[in-house]
Amino acid sequence: MTTRIVELRQGILKKNDELARDLRGQFEAAGVLVLNLVSSPGTGKTAFLERTLRELVKSGSKAAALVGDLETDNDARRLAASGAPVRQINTHGVCHLEAEMIGKHLDGWKLADLDYLFIENVGNLVCPSSYDLGEKIRVALLSVTEGEDKPLKYPTLFNSADAAIITKIDIAEPCGFDRAAALRNINEIRPGIRVFETSAKTGAGMAEWLVYLADKQRRLA
Amino acid sequence: MHELSIVSSIVDSVTETLAAYPGARVKEVRLRVGALASVIEDSLQFCYGIAAENTPLAGSALVVKILPVKARCERCARDVEIASLQSFRCPICEEPVSDLRQGRELEIESIEIEDEVEENV
Repeated sequence: MTTRIVELRQGILKKNDELARDLRGQFEAAGVLVLNLVSSPGTGKTAFLERTLRELVKSGSKAAALVGDLETDNDARRLAASGAPVRQINTHGVCHLEAEMIGKHLDGWKLADLDYLFIENVGNLVCPSSYDLGEKIRVALLSVTEGEDKPLKYPTLFNSADAAIITKIDIAEPCGFDRAAALRNINEIRPGIRVFETSAKTGAGMAEWLVYLADKQRRLA
Repeated sequence: MHELSIVSSIVDSVTETLAAYPGARVKEVRLRVGALASVIEDSLQFCYGIAAENTPLAGSALVVKILPVKARCERCARDVEIASLQSFRCPICEEPVSDLRQGRELEIESIEIEDEVEENV
């Protein structure tokens, strides 16, 4: 009997990474800016995205969304009211979206006709950080009701984000939200990250966010 | 939370590799996991036993090497090890660092296999 070592040097999520790379190539060729929105359940991803889609549709941009949840198509129905094309991805228990699920749900959509594609991930601050979906921009969201130290508790996600959104700032005061601490913590985990302080309800901070999106979209060309 | 899907990928990859080594038995699977990969070794070990059952990997050991987070510090002009995941700063000059060089790895480094068949003499 002989024992030997076989070198593999292989990414465990290789299949996902390869699919994500293909998707990224397709998205870039089509000139569509793809964003992956990640947060805990209840942060307000859907409300934030509803407002974003509504504003983009109003300004004549072409935006679409894929929304991931374990079950139900409630979020897709909410988002579709914006007039943008929306598809629900039900993961049936899987705690994150994977590149394969994205690829499967793009059928019949002409990517070249889109300016923006938003992917609302399953509400979870841990697992989605390991799965590349081919996005250009990963967005981490944090609400004023959650505690300012969340970036410190979930450094993996916040460190991998390209932009951070603080949601529900209209209720920051009654929640006793410590804005300075939240900004400090986000920057401690991801130095120099762009942070947007928003309210989907009042529209606060949305103008700045839309300028950022338009700028990133233009740079694709 | 997603450790079961990670170990399932490991079992699939190793099983594919084994096709080139007929009759071989897996003794050990060695991983390189970055401290920022958001996987817990205990959960990996627990799930591995389940995922390996009834596969050529059954009974093999999973050896996990955790890699510390390293980032480029521009001020010090070198790669530095981040001591705490709660503060991405250079341990020498305290400058914030954002250019990560190590820490997100999630790799199968190698496998140790045992050939059941006698070598030809």
